[in-house]
Amino acid sequence: MVAGMYARVAVWWTILRIALEERLVYRGDFALGTLMRFLPIVTQLFLWWAIFESIRDTRGVAAGEPVELAGFRYTDMVAYYLLVMVARAFSSMPGLASGIALQIRNGEIKKYLVQPVDLLGFLLLNRVAHKLAYYSVALGPFALVFFLCRDYFQTGWLDAGTIAAFIASLVMSFLLGYFLEAAIGLVGFWFLEVSSLLFVYMLLSFFLSGHMFPLDLLGEPWRTLVEVLPLQYLAYFPAAVFLKKVTGPALVQGLCLQAAWLLFFIFLSRWLFHRGVRRYSGFGG
Amino acid sequence: MREQSLNEQPSYVQVFLTFARNSLVRDMTFRANFVIQCISSISWTAMNVGLYVLIFSHTQQIGPGTGWAKHEFFVFLGTTMLVNSLVQTFFMPNAEEFSELIRTGGLDFALLKPIDTQFLISLQRVDWSSLSNLLAGVALIAYSLAHLMTRSVNPLPLSPWSLPLFLLYVLCGVAIMYSLMLSLAATSIWLGRNQTLYNFWFYITNFARYPMEIYGDWLSPLRILFTFIVPVLVVVNVPARVLAQPLYPERSLDWWLAVFALVATIGCLLASRYIFQRALRAYRSASS
Repeated sequence: MVAGMYARVAVWWTILRIALEERLVYRGDFALGTLMRFLPIVTQLFLWWAIFESIRDTRGVAAGEPVELAGFRYTDMVAYYLLVMVARAFSSMPGLASGIALQIRNGEIKKYLVQPVDLLGFLLLNRVAHKLAYYSVALGPFALVFFLCRDYFQTGWLDAGTIAAFIASLVMSFLLGYFLEAAIGLVGFWFLEVSSLLFVYMLLSFFLSGHMFPLDLLGEPWRTLVEVLPLQYLAYFPAAVFLKKVTGPALVQGLCLQAAWLLFFIFLSRWLFHRGVRRYSGFGG
Repeated sequence: MREQSLNEQPSYVQVFLTFARNSLVRDMTFRANFVIQCISSISWTAMNVGLYVLIFSHTQQIGPGTGWAKHEFFVFLGTTMLVNSLVQTFFMPNAEEFSELIRTGGLDFALLKPIDTQFLISLQRVDWSSLSNLLAGVALIAYSLAHLMTRSVNPLPLSPWSLPLFLLYVLCGVAIMYSLMLSLAATSIWLGRNQTLYNFWFYITNFARYPMEIYGDWLSPLRILFTFIVPVLVVVNVPARVLAQPLYPERSLDWWLAVFALVATIGCLLASRYIFQRALRAYRSASS
């Protein structure tokens, strides 16, 4: 029993280490790429600056006074975009769904059926390693940009509760992103090609996850749609927690809902895998 | 006799039409895929328009006193779509292939052909499905212009010169984008790998997607950098102003900016040609 546990942990550790080393091969390119990924935000910030100045002009707010748009000042907007970038770095899973579908299509999935390795567990460890490697390199650029933009964070030092909630929401956003995309990929057992499904998902999350703009800007009926979909937990929610847009009972409720969505997608992907494998037939060697 | 046939210039127009036809045949072979690609690029564009509809539900203008109100900005957005779709249709697939040619050594074959190498590698493939965004852009511009010209307060006058000038400057914009892309693609001969460079292209051209006023006044360093050194700011701004903002003398297309756009276009084309030729000299084939 203990030996069995030990062997399993050893397997996980090996998978994690190999994936880590694989990811750290192109460090320099990686760090530069991370820094450049902040560039689109620069243009977004210029755009929002112009918008806030227009609103100031229309409303006749004096030069020194802050202008608010749906509860966001310009400084909040800058902080929001940076925080969403952090959240997306946790929750985005490039190539996961299409990779799973490809493995189903070309039969590579067989290796998980004959080897004592679980597909979802193996890929999850791979992603954990990817993210660890990503952060070990990206921490530098991220820290630099956050330091340069420190004046935009007007919430001041956060209390321990908010920090804990922020970290919890980030970890859950990573897991939610993983199991959500894995579930989309596993639909490949039935459809073989999931790119159209993935496309709908990406289109929706472009608008409704909050990575293009704070979701507070949306009016009805979009606002309700956002509330019933899990997408906001991938980008908007962690940032909103950090900026103290969600506090008290709403925060607890939000975290619970996020956890519920996470459980739902864990079970969904397990179930899809279970059903899919029974349906799957592999040929050739 | 033989000498003469070798010196004979190929008909570039004929060759290009053949390329275009072949690409169309190829696209039409996978018709369902073609339709899906059209739908997907139009959906992304619609999302982008949706974003600005949302923004204009909260503000009247982008930048106080710039004149970029909702429908003026939609003309701007439509112009962005036009330029981008033309670049994506004619040049993007080729630039992507170019770095592959260098990595695999396939450029040898392009160099051997009795035709200008830059022409060959720039126009070999045409991605017809990207033209769907051209239609979307035209529709958006037409809709917004109709609204601007028929509104009761301050209707927009359109002179007979506006349209030809607009088309001229759209082509200039495409030429500038093409030059930038070609220069970046050419550097992959020196570097061998250019994944980051394509991201770089995307990030730089990102600056072209907004009215230049949002970057501050004429003396702001960003505006100087992206007007005079890498002139991406004239790509969309100049044609969009020709159509949407001819009314206000102080904001309208300054004459020197119009002239500068032409000079910048020619300069970019020449510079990219020079960079491309220099890079070709450094090319070493991939295999023995």
